[in-house]
Parts: sequence; structure tokens; C-alpha cells
Amino acid sequence: METLSPRPETKNVSATPKPPKKRKTGFWRSILQQKYLYLMSMPFVIWLFVFNYLPVWGWTMAFQKYKPSKSFSEQEWVGFKNFVDLFQDERFYLVLRNTLAMSLMGLVAGFVIPITFAVLLNELRGKYFKRTVQTVSYLPHFVSWVVVGGIITKMLSIDGGIVNDLLVSLNIINEPIQFMAQGKWFWGIVTASDVWKETGWNAIIYLAAITGIDKELYEAARVDGAGRFRQIWNITLPGIRTTISVLLIMSIGHLIGIGFEKQFQLSNSLVTDYSEVLDLYALNYGINISRFSYGTAISMFTSVVSIILLLTANGIMKKTTKESIM
Amino acid sequence: MASSSKAFNDTRGDKIFNICNFILMTVILIITLYPFLNVLAISFNDSTDTVRGGIYIWPREFTLENYKTIFNYSSLITGFKITIYRTVLGTVLGLISASMLAYTLSRPDFKSRKFVSTFLALTMYFSGGLVPTYMLMRHLDLIGTFWIYILPGIVSAFNVFIIRSFIDGLPYALQESAKLDGANDFTIYYKVILPLCKPVLATIALFLAVGQWNSWFDTYLYNGNKAHLTTLQYELMKILQSTNQGARMTNANDMANMMAQVSPESIKMAITIVVTVPILIVYPFLQRYFVDGMTLGAVKA
Repeated sequence: METLSPRPETKNVSATPKPPKKRKTGFWRSILQQKYLYLMSMPFVIWLFVFNYLPVWGWTMAFQKYKPSKSFSEQEWVGFKNFVDLFQDERFYLVLRNTLAMSLMGLVAGFVIPITFAVLLNELRGKYFKRTVQTVSYLPHFVSWVVVGGIITKMLSIDGGIVNDLLVSLNIINEPIQFMAQGKWFWGIVTASDVWKETGWNAIIYLAAITGIDKELYEAARVDGAGRFRQIWNITLPGIRTTISVLLIMSIGHLIGIGFEKQFQLSNSLVTDYSEVLDLYALNYGINISRFSYGTAISMFTSVVSIILLLTANGIMKKTTKESIM
Repeated sequence: MASSSKAFNDTRGDKIFNICNFILMTVILIITLYPFLNVLAISFNDSTDTVRGGIYIWPREFTLENYKTIFNYSSLITGFKITIYRTVLGTVLGLISASMLAYTLSRPDFKSRKFVSTFLALTMYFSGGLVPTYMLMRHLDLIGTFWIYILPGIVSAFNVFIIRSFIDGLPYALQESAKLDGANDFTIYYKVILPLCKPVLATIALFLAVGQWNSWFDTYLYNGNKAHLTTLQYELMKILQSTNQGARMTNANDMANMMAQVSPESIKMAITIVVTVPILIVYPFLQRYFVDGMTLGAVKA
């Protein structure tokens, strides 16, 4: 990334048409010829440089004892001290455990359930019912995590929450369970909320892939006497394998950078030992108490591990299934 | 088992499968819809009666009072205004940037195509992280301004690639004939490409608008103590969490917090509905487009 960074600026300067001093080389002439294309792309390249690439330069803060009042050259350099502090903090390991637990649960549920849903929806008879289910399944995707947090809290509450009401009336439990107040439920609640919100949306891609499968394969399988499950197992699933692997690589890249929106919206002070994830940790210990260098070290750790995971997953997939995203 | 009754269209196994599948899908339908119906019912129920519990999908004592009460929350009105501004502006600017970049990337003769494409794609796989981004906003003096909602998210690689795949599917001859007529690259983009891209632009507009409408974290992080820049989701968050987790509201605006503390369940639900409904009205009409858009994106990205 660092090698790329100076390029857009020099390019843009030269893109503005200035009177040619010397004889124009082929390079400059092509820029002039395509000046509209450059004018339509380079401003956004600079934009990306500022808002997406410059924060990487901010990683230098992780190696400093950063004081906002000082300029860059006056900062005190402390080497890996922030990382040593980070790796010696017990809280860090707790947070890492929470992050990995929730992301792994989310990864498994976030693949198995949408794929199953897409396959079963595809098998559903009745055009209008199928379309209704599909339209409704997208609905929660368009609702913010703030609202979902409120809804889930409501559904799981001990006074009048439907989940407790159902469980009690079916005699599965005797007393309503305080789902939101006990840490042991938290990971499951986050995973379930995510499934509720995104299953329909994530199934779109699989449904599209299933539509692309040759219908004659199913006909042939039926003639050979294959039942529905055999058809699903031997035709549908292999037919969407490429889609699954590509999405899997992407998800593995996001394993530790899972974000924090759902954790933030669903947690409360009673369950922080189970709800705090890396980004929330960075927020609480980095920004809210102004330990910017320490917070940067956390962010940098998250980003670097994400890239390593992504490249590893991509490498493994390339070897085993010949699918890759790069 | 299945082979014995090949003459029929559906074997017995098929029939059992169909019935089970139908039941399962109905259950999924109910699980998805119930929470919304429940919130809706409570929002129309008398707020003191709601405390007694037992309201599922139909209000017991119907009233519009809760919705009238909402207008007393002045911070909510501000939130509405700011949210509408950011949604409109963010969507328009996002559409311009994504479509322009997508067009240049779809031109096989564009000399810097590879560079721009890689530069853009990389942003999908890494990020500087929460704290470095926060520090950048501090250095740019964007904290405490409206622009923090708009500027950082103007260019999105994912959106660009979706539009690019769409443009790639258009006949290139259209551009060439326009070129022969003497149109420059910008005119081709504006006069030829953009009108043809309406379906995919509708998809991206929906993505951008939903993203802007639903975001709360930037308000929390950057503008939590700026009452005049508050957004709808952030206000909703304060109100929803006012009773169960008031302790975390360190950043929150104190006055709004005090007001929020007294809001009963029914009013919370009414606000939830008001905040959610605008988007829920729009999305079914755009369904055809965004399903295609997602599919295009998946094929390319």
C-alpha cells in the first residue's frame, strides 16, 4: 500500500492540462487524450487515498507515545511498547475470545442457514407463496441494528417477551429466563439476531446461483430415480460451490474485524465480559479515555490479522478448490 | 422408493417433502414478521395499558396518542431533518462517484484502468481501523460537523464494481457510435451510459440511502454531544436504551436523556415505527432491481 500512495497525487497534477514544455511523450499524450476519463476517476482516487489509505499511515501512532498537541516530528517513539502492553493485558485475551467466538458462530450460522434457506426456497411449490416468503425475508435487512437491538430485547424480555411466553406456556421452562442479563446467552443472542436479520438477504446470491444450474440435470436425475434430497445433494449444492467458496474467503477475511454494531446494541453493563469485541475495546480504551496510541495498536492488530486470515484463506482455497478472489 | 412411481409427477417422498417445506417456510415467515407486527400493535396501544402486557399482534386499547406525543421530542425533529439531509446528499454524491468511476473502469482503452481498479479493490480488503480513522477525522477537523456523515463514505468499491459489471453488459457499439458523432467521454457517460444504468443506479441508491438512514455510530462517535447534528437512529438508540441501560450514556446529550427516561414502551415502539417505515415502504418496489444488483456484484466481486 505504501508504494502506491504517492502515485495518485503526481498523476493528478499531471492530469490537469498544462502547456507542454518539452516534446510530449506517449504517456502524457495519452493522458491528454483521455482527459475526461482522468477527470472522472482521479478525484475519487485521491478521495480514497485520503479516507482509506491515510489511516494506515496513522498506524505510526502505535509506535509512539502519541500526544495530539504535538506535531509528527515531536512525537516520542516507544517501539513496540504499546503492543507489549496490549499482549500483557488480560482483558485483551478476553476480548479476543469474545471476538473469535462470535465470529466463528456467525460464520457457521451465516453460511449454513442462508444456503439451506435458499435451497429449500428454490424447492418450494407455489409461485406466489414463494415470492411472499422471499420478499418478507429481505425485510429485516433494511432495519438498523438500533431497531433490531430494541426488537430483540423486547422479544426476549421477561415481562411479555414472546420467547419466554412461548417457552413457559409449552412447559419447557417454569420461570422466564433473563436472556439479556446473563453473559452465557450473549453469543447465542448475537448469532441468532444476525441470522434473523440477514438470512434472507444473504440467500439472494445463492438463489441466483441456483437459478443458473442447468434444469436438464434435474430431469436426468429424476429419470434415474433420485429423490429430492439426492438432487439437492448431488446437483444443487455442487452447482453453487463456486459462489460458496468465494463468499467463504471474504468472510474469513472479516473473522476478527466483525464490527461491533450488534454487540453494542445488544449488550448492557451486565454482560460486558461476553460482549466486548476488539473494536469496542479499541473504542473504550483508545478513544473514550484518549489513549490513542494504545487504541491504534488494537486497531492495527485487528487489521493485520484480518489481512493474514484473508490471504491464508485465499491460498488454501486456491490449492484445494481452485477458487480465489485475487 | 422414488423410482417405483416414476409415472407420476410427484412421488410420495416428494409430497412429504413439499408439505414439510411448506410448514418450515410458514414458520420462517411468522418468525420474520411477528416482531414487526408486535411493535406495530404496541405502538397503537394505550401506553398505560401496555404495561399490563399480553399484547401480541393486535392493540387492546387503540389510540393514536403515542404518535402525537412523538412531536414533543424536539431532538427527534432535529434528528429527522439531519437524517433526511444526509440521506439525500450522501445518496446523490455516492451515485455520482460510483457511476463515474464505474464508467472509467468499464473502458477497456482507459490507460490507468488497472491502477484505479486495484487501488479501489484493495480498500475492500483492508482498513486502517477504528482509532486511526478517528484520528484522521480529528486532523481534518471534521469532528463536530455535518460533513463527517457524508465525506468519508462517498466512494465505495463495492458499489463501483456492481455498476461496472452492469455497464460491461451493455453493448459497446452504443459508445462507439456516440464517439463517431463527436461526443467526448464525459458526454458519453452523461448522455449514453447514465440513462441506460437506471436499474442498477436504483439499486445503488437504495443501498446508499439505507446505509445513511440507518447509521448511528458516526453520530455516537463524532457528534454525540452536538444536539443540532443528531440523527434519527442515534436519538432512537438513546430513547430505547433509556431505561434498561442508562449507565452507558456518557456521551449522550443530558437534556434529551432526561426526556427519554420517561418515555413508556408504547411511545418507544411508535418512534421505532416512524424511524423504520420510510425504508420499508420503498424496498419492495426496488426488489427486482436490487436482486439483480446483488447477483451482478456477486459474480464480479
